[in-house]
Amino acid sequence: MEQRQAERAGSPVIRIERLACLRGGRLVFEGVDWHVQAGTLGLLTGPNGAGKSSLLRILAGLLRPAAGSIRVDGRIALADERHALDPQRTLLSALRLWAAMDGRAHPVSEAAMEALGLGPLRDVPVRMLSSGQTTRAVVARALQSGADVLLLDEPMNGLDAASAALMAGALARAVEAGTTLVVASHIPIGIAPATVLDIGKGTGAPA
Amino acid sequence: MNGLRLIMRDVRLAWSGGGLWLPVLFFLVVAILYPFAIGPDARLLRATGGAMLWIAALLAALLPIERLIKPDWESGHLDQLAVRGWADEAVAALKIAAHWLSFGPPLLLAALVGAALFDLDGRMLATLLAGLAIATPALAALSVTIAALTARAGGGAAGLMLLPLAIPVLIFGAGSLDPSARGGMALLAAVSLGLTVLAPFAAGAALRALRE
Repeated sequence: MEQRQAERAGSPVIRIERLACLRGGRLVFEGVDWHVQAGTLGLLTGPNGAGKSSLLRILAGLLRPAAGSIRVDGRIALADERHALDPQRTLLSALRLWAAMDGRAHPVSEAAMEALGLGPLRDVPVRMLSSGQTTRAVVARALQSGADVLLLDEPMNGLDAASAALMAGALARAVEAGTTLVVASHIPIGIAPATVLDIGKGTGAPA
Repeated sequence: MNGLRLIMRDVRLAWSGGGLWLPVLFFLVVAILYPFAIGPDARLLRATGGAMLWIAALLAALLPIERLIKPDWESGHLDQLAVRGWADEAVAALKIAAHWLSFGPPLLLAALVGAALFDLDGRMLATLLAGLAIATPALAALSVTIAALTARAGGGAAGLMLLPLAIPVLIFGAGSLDPSARGGMALLAAVSLGLTVLAPFAAGAALRALRE
């Protein structure tokens, strides 16, 4: 783990240059520059509709940018508002499906669930989960994936104070383990970011 | 291995959501109602029953169209596959395979019952089953393509508008039942193969467009 962190330290794993995004004929943002170093946390902020989710989708390769260049090194996991967990499956079964898709052994799902306080819900069908529980489940899927870069869209949404503390702890441990995190959030996430991009202003800066 | 896992997931979802019984029941209901509509003339039923079963099979394949792509698009399942590097064409091909598995073999079994209702003879029954076995992959491919093309707008009416794409399957499939027709089965196989091979590319492009 330390070796992984040492190997990556100092090299930008995400490079965004003069990026622009056009959606439905509307220019969402333009001229965005941002670098995120390996094994650090980048915080993406901005008002509603500024394009935080769109930027994450561009980073994930799901949207094409209108202009500019982007480079992401390593395997990516995305946790956004679309939970992609089969509603009729139990939480554990739904997470195990994706763990298998990522080539990960079964215990990773249990570990990710425990890290986010979802252990007692392992046999509950996904359709019965609350909004906050679903948010945690989606982040658990990203954590269990073993990806190099985690893209998290509003991971604090719908969380009470205790769950938010669990989330902050889990994310901090992921960064310590050498994972690069990009978190879009309009509320404090309880961890100090290495760099912050206010997408309304267009240029990232050290926190 | 992961492809098989995705197929099994889709088949399980289809079967648990009525995807198995709905097309088969629809097919059987049409087969049962048709004699009431056309009358008890056994000769007429024998002559037209096979073609009617073909139409019923086509509509039965399209029946679950709303659940083939739209739920996975809305839930982000397709996004998660794309993030993991799955080509949209490969996802479409797996969806076609899963749809065929969930309705093709049950439909063949239901066709046995339908053929009995229409008093089809052994030769015609064998031709019907062979034709359906050849054509159902194409019907599955068309259904998934239509589902992908219409996921954003809603599949029902748009799906019906795209039904003409299935006309070649219907013509050669029903035509193969005619004892005097030659090469009908070979043409059906060619059309089915062409549609099944091309559909993943069309459906894949439609899946890609859904992300924009």
